Amino acid sequence: MQTDLKAFLRRHGLLAGFALFLIGVALIADGFLTPGNIFDVLRQVSITGVMAIGVTFVVITGRLDLSVGSMLTLLTVIVVDQHNVAGPGLAIALTLVAGIGIGMVNGVLVGLFGLNALIVTLAMLSFLQGLVLFYSGGSNVNVQNAQSTWFAVFGRRDLFGVPVPALIFLITAIVAAFLLNRTIFGRQVFAVGGNETAARFSGIGARWTVFRAYALSGLTTAVAAIIMGSRVMGAQNTIGQGYELTVLAGVILGGTSLLGGSGSIWRTVLGIAMLGFIQNGLLLLGYPYYVQWLVTWAVIILAVWIDLGAKRGRILA
Amino acid sequence: MNATTSPTLTPIVKLLMRNHIWVFLALTIVVFSSASPYFLTVNNLGNVLTQAAFIGILAIGMTMVMIDGEIDLSVGAILALASALAIGLQDHIGIWPAVFAGFLSGAALGFLNGTLVALSGMHSFIVTLGGLIGIRGLVFIYTGEDALMVSDFSYTDYPEIYLGPVSLTAMIFFGLALFFQWVLSSTRHGRETYAVGDNIEAAHDAGINIKRHKIINFTLCGALAAVAGILLSMRLGTAEPNAGKVWELWTIIAVVLGGTRLKGGYGSLWMTIGGVLTLAVLRNGLRLLNTPNYVELMVMGSVLILALFIDKLLSRREA
Repeated sequence: MQTDLKAFLRRHGLLAGFALFLIGVALIADGFLTPGNIFDVLRQVSITGVMAIGVTFVVITGRLDLSVGSMLTLLTVIVVDQHNVAGPGLAIALTLVAGIGIGMVNGVLVGLFGLNALIVTLAMLSFLQGLVLFYSGGSNVNVQNAQSTWFAVFGRRDLFGVPVPALIFLITAIVAAFLLNRTIFGRQVFAVGGNETAARFSGIGARWTVFRAYALSGLTTAVAAIIMGSRVMGAQNTIGQGYELTVLAGVILGGTSLLGGSGSIWRTVLGIAMLGFIQNGLLLLGYPYYVQWLVTWAVIILAVWIDLGAKRGRILA
Repeated sequence: MNATTSPTLTPIVKLLMRNHIWVFLALTIVVFSSASPYFLTVNNLGNVLTQAAFIGILAIGMTMVMIDGEIDLSVGAILALASALAIGLQDHIGIWPAVFAGFLSGAALGFLNGTLVALSGMHSFIVTLGGLIGIRGLVFIYTGEDALMVSDFSYTDYPEIYLGPVSLTAMIFFGLALFFQWVLSSTRHGRETYAVGDNIEAAHDAGINIKRHKIINFTLCGALAAVAGILLSMRLGTAEPNAGKVWELWTIIAVVLGGTRLKGGYGSLWMTIGGVLTLAVLRNGLRLLNTPNYVELMVMGSVLILALFIDKLLSRREA
């Protein structure tokens, strides 16, 4: 019985801890676990959530993507600006293509040329931020007909009582989970992250797998940018700054190893949701908004440490 | 291009490629000197050194940690906290105790980072990513959302000591860089740093106390970040809660540009000084030429990727 409990905690400890947190806050704060508040949180986390799903693929291959924050800024600026020029339909199509394109540049440099992922995506972070300023000329852009455009649907509307961004997050997660667990590409992603040399000798095109993972990360960032543009109906030049770290925090919190080879979509969703509910819960309890950062710090360290300790069989290295 | 295609490189080419950052620095200096009459003046170069010093001091600690094969993302946040404490505590405990408290906070947080890395076996990227988020939270809790300001402005006079055009801040940077280069190349701790970064198991078998070793380097990194924060607070006379945001990324860029490898076991502070100065010269030169801000960001990104290609070319040749 005791070993059963241990095994359960080892597998679902994060979930159990999260449930305890939810119940605890719900007991103290009014209106925490109400549908309205839950949907609010889901609406808030949908942008980082969609991005984190793409980044999860990259992390499982054993790489990193720090460029997604700048990329989010650039793509949001593009979608908002093109909305005024070319209309919402074309703007969305263009944004998706641009996202995949930027992801492919990362993919070429990291996957095909084999350059260090952290540095390449750090360089892209800087480069893309430059591109943002170049494109926007340093001024903020706004959607001109914000009240009448159907573009509002992605960030502001509900469908069957559920916020559309939350639905997009959910659908993205389901598609991604299918891609990761049920397709050859998904198997290859795990294989490359688990043991790249073995994957290569097994005839798996490791380089192209990494390339595709980055392209996917670009695509999900484009989807996130569409939600962002629709929600804000505008874009400042720093709108996505720091998002790469929040996204990564969510992925890590979910238990996806930075060494690659393990991870799952639903755990990333859980990690992102945890960050969202922690933030929301602390605000409802009346703490200043930056207290959540302190709690996030503790939660990341504890969650990853406990996860690692459970796998290792002892808590200290 | 003959040199790169021939099977053996002449020693001089090898030396130049190994120190590509200094070649690049010389090139940028030549380009900016001919492009702008204001660049190659004693005053401007003095400014460049002062501007370079802050990222430079962060980069010293980062280099030590990176040769260890680790990384520290929390330096920007530690800098902000030290600068806030150094200014915020002045009215209560006096200037120098406040400065000391700021320094201590950096060393303590570095110690915490190192201890967490050593005890848990977590990757330092995760530990210090958490630190980056949480320590910034501490800064905001301490300062609120507004900048703190010194009440006694004599505080801002301390770094206004000049040796010719070189400010005290720049002298401290070079002093620290030289000292830690000496530590790396001539002390037991320095040799252990390379050993741990190169092959951690071999280092362990050779009897190096890896946990203690890493804790020391993270503590140094945190303490140096605090020094940079204190100097920044002296220069500005204020401490903003958002000070040093994304500086950890610029610091990593400077160190990698210099040629120190993220994988560990390879690098030096000579290289890092080169990287830091190149970054500062690029920023300063582009600004003197009145180029828009985006050029700087795009040039930086491109140069960094170029540096990676050169490094790859080099390590393939050596293999």
